[in-house]
Amino acid sequence: MELTTVWFALIAVLWVGYFCLEGFDFGVGMLLPVLARNETERRVMINTIGPVWDGNEVWVLVAGGATFAAFPEWYATLFSGFYLPLLLILVALIVRGLSFEYRHKRDEAEWKARWDLAIIVGSAVPALLWGVAFANIVAGVPIDADKEFTGTLFTLLNPYGLLGGLVTLTLFAAHGAMFVALKTDGDIRHRARDLAVRIGVVAAVLAVLFLVWTQVRTGTATTAVVFAAAALALVGGLVAACAGREGWAFVGTFVTIGLAVAGLFLALFPDVMPSTTDPAFSLTTTNAAATAYTLKVMTWVAVVFTPIVLGYQAWTYWVFRRRISVHHIPTAELADARAS
Amino acid sequence: MDVLDIARWQFGIITVYHFLFVPLTIGLTAVIAGLETAWVRTGKEDYLRLTKFFGKLFLINFAIGVVTGIVQEFQFGMNWSDYSRFVGDVFGAPLAVEGLLAFFLESTFLGLWIFGWDKLPRGLHAGCMWLVHLGTLASSWFILAANSWMQHPVGYRFNPETDRAELVDFWAVMFNKVQLVTFPHVIFAAYMTAGTFLLGVAAYLYMKKKHEADRPMYHRAIRIGAVVTLLAGIGVGVTGDLQGKVMTEVQPMKMAAAEGLYETSEGCAPFSVFTIGTPDGTEEKFAVTIPCLLSFLGTGSFDGTVEGINPLRDEYAETYGSDPTSKAYTEGDYTPVIPVTYWSFRFMMGLGFFAAAGAALILWLTRGGRTPGVRWLGTLGLSLPIATTLASSWGWIFTEMGRQPWVVFGLMTTESGVSPGVSTFEAATSLIVLTSLYAVLAVVEVKLLVTYIRKGADPFVEPPDVPVGGADDDRPLTFAY
Repeated sequence: MELTTVWFALIAVLWVGYFCLEGFDFGVGMLLPVLARNETERRVMINTIGPVWDGNEVWVLVAGGATFAAFPEWYATLFSGFYLPLLLILVALIVRGLSFEYRHKRDEAEWKARWDLAIIVGSAVPALLWGVAFANIVAGVPIDADKEFTGTLFTLLNPYGLLGGLVTLTLFAAHGAMFVALKTDGDIRHRARDLAVRIGVVAAVLAVLFLVWTQVRTGTATTAVVFAAAALALVGGLVAACAGREGWAFVGTFVTIGLAVAGLFLALFPDVMPSTTDPAFSLTTTNAAATAYTLKVMTWVAVVFTPIVLGYQAWTYWVFRRRISVHHIPTAELADARAS
Repeated sequence: MDVLDIARWQFGIITVYHFLFVPLTIGLTAVIAGLETAWVRTGKEDYLRLTKFFGKLFLINFAIGVVTGIVQEFQFGMNWSDYSRFVGDVFGAPLAVEGLLAFFLESTFLGLWIFGWDKLPRGLHAGCMWLVHLGTLASSWFILAANSWMQHPVGYRFNPETDRAELVDFWAVMFNKVQLVTFPHVIFAAYMTAGTFLLGVAAYLYMKKKHEADRPMYHRAIRIGAVVTLLAGIGVGVTGDLQGKVMTEVQPMKMAAAEGLYETSEGCAPFSVFTIGTPDGTEEKFAVTIPCLLSFLGTGSFDGTVEGINPLRDEYAETYGSDPTSKAYTEGDYTPVIPVTYWSFRFMMGLGFFAAAGAALILWLTRGGRTPGVRWLGTLGLSLPIATTLASSWGWIFTEMGRQPWVVFGLMTTESGVSPGVSTFEAATSLIVLTSLYAVLAVVEVKLLVTYIRKGADPFVEPPDVPVGGADDDRPLTFAY
């Protein structure tokens, strides 16, 4: 296989990892006002992702860095072209990341409420916008002969792009609810499971619409199989949730997201950013790529270090494998929680 | 202002801001890991209390460092797409490797450290912080290798067909001679920042009546902080001196700009401590100078020749200024903004010397277990971490402004790296949004730091000694958000 194809696949893997992992972080954040009934429950939810969210977010940094190194033209066109959505995502990630660390630093209810808002908005905005961005990448955007994006923000806000955004928004919400059901105990666990099913049904309808649309536009036989498998995984996850099998339910949404993202990359290949202006201007895995030497160096680094990273990230999940319930939240601060 | 000006201001503001938090992060991870290891090995309660106390302050600082770091990686593509296209083959690799090797390590093991008090055995818990520190060092290595390449491009060839710089020797980029002196300089500066922070905060609390009972603990922290500061300060000085020599060799214009030396000085070039002159720096009204020092800083010999700005400018104009279509061409001249380079160089050194002197003074005042009665101990102490942090900022302003008009020395000017497709509206929105957000965050961060510094260290609580994964009971978490 060509090294450019290997790196296209590796970048797909990084985005799959990012959406499967930070997807549930976003979901937990978005559902904070819906699932939690009081301060202690909010803290239960936040603490389910507390030890891992930052490690999950690194996937996007590595995806960005790998794109820069392996496909500099793709990185340059995408980041300068999707300027304002990326700026919004950046602001969202900044306030959201800070709120996890800062919200518990003071006891005033007002302080906590403000950071809660940052978590909610900071989770929902990227969950929506990543979907819009990816749908537009797959569908193609106006790109000129100099590989410059020539559209505006409104070019990206087309029906297909917006539907893509709604799919990621609802899918991540369902994924997050599944995660809360898996990682908590007590009342909130059951409510999370019920909510996951309800959001999951909406997500399933939207996702099927979106994936069929994608299949019709740019699909191949392979993508049809992958998209069908993604849809099946989601149905399986929802059935498992109804049966009270939270582990399998979470695996269901996890696999759904992974397969859907993988399918989008398959639909994209061998382009990395198709041009709607003229197919000749499209960025492809070859005309956007770095040199063979750079790709070779990077391949060695990836081959050696990716298993190590996966190993210790998996170990972290094992260390924090236990469910959290309201009585695990330190009691000294329970008084403050009641006051608010 | 056009997109170029806005993008430059954004890069300057966003990057200097990000780096306010970075040295403290790098240095404090080592200090905290050291304190926790001391606790594990000696069992002395004070070490654990200091670990937890400085751990809390560290996390307040680290959080902003992390989230502002995301912008760094995105803005190359957003505002500097032509730069990214031109250098991506060389510059992208260290960034990607930094993410894979360093960011995962830092974030994952920090998560384990924060929440792992009742989930990990003590030694392993301390080990997590050491791994976070290793992550910060790896991160510094790769990002500084990328920056060193911009100062002194090596291990690449220019490919006229693709019109970009292409990597031919990865190891040459990793062990660039600029990198070999810059990395230790930055890391020693980070240790110095952490040393002054430990010393400063401890000195402040030492002087407070409220914390009188904890004086022995803070006394110890003052001593550790002062020793770290001074040892690191020696490292900063030595590596800074080495950097000067390398800089004179590979970027003579920057060295000349550091002094505002317009004409080549054939031996015994003086160094001015400060100058009062015309704003553009071309005419000198009054100056305090040390004879021959610039020659020594630049060449290692008091008699060394230091090239001046004017001959270098002519030389660069001849070499690079003939082809207006070249990425190395500029309409302006090939000199940096001299007052900025001149003063930033002095602020960096002055603040660094001030911090080292302050630490030495406090070390002397607290010698042999003495309790200094001076009332300004806390104020002096707290001014030291501010001084070291600002010294780092000025150091970066010097090294980046001193490279101008280049973004990659000799290869590409900054003006030719800007995104051609980004509108003034987009760039201005980004600058305004990020700058205002950062301003608000700075206020929040400083207020939190002050609040938590004032509280002082919490009383000693014995953490549970548990197997990996925690004891099999249903007790509340030792730490929760």
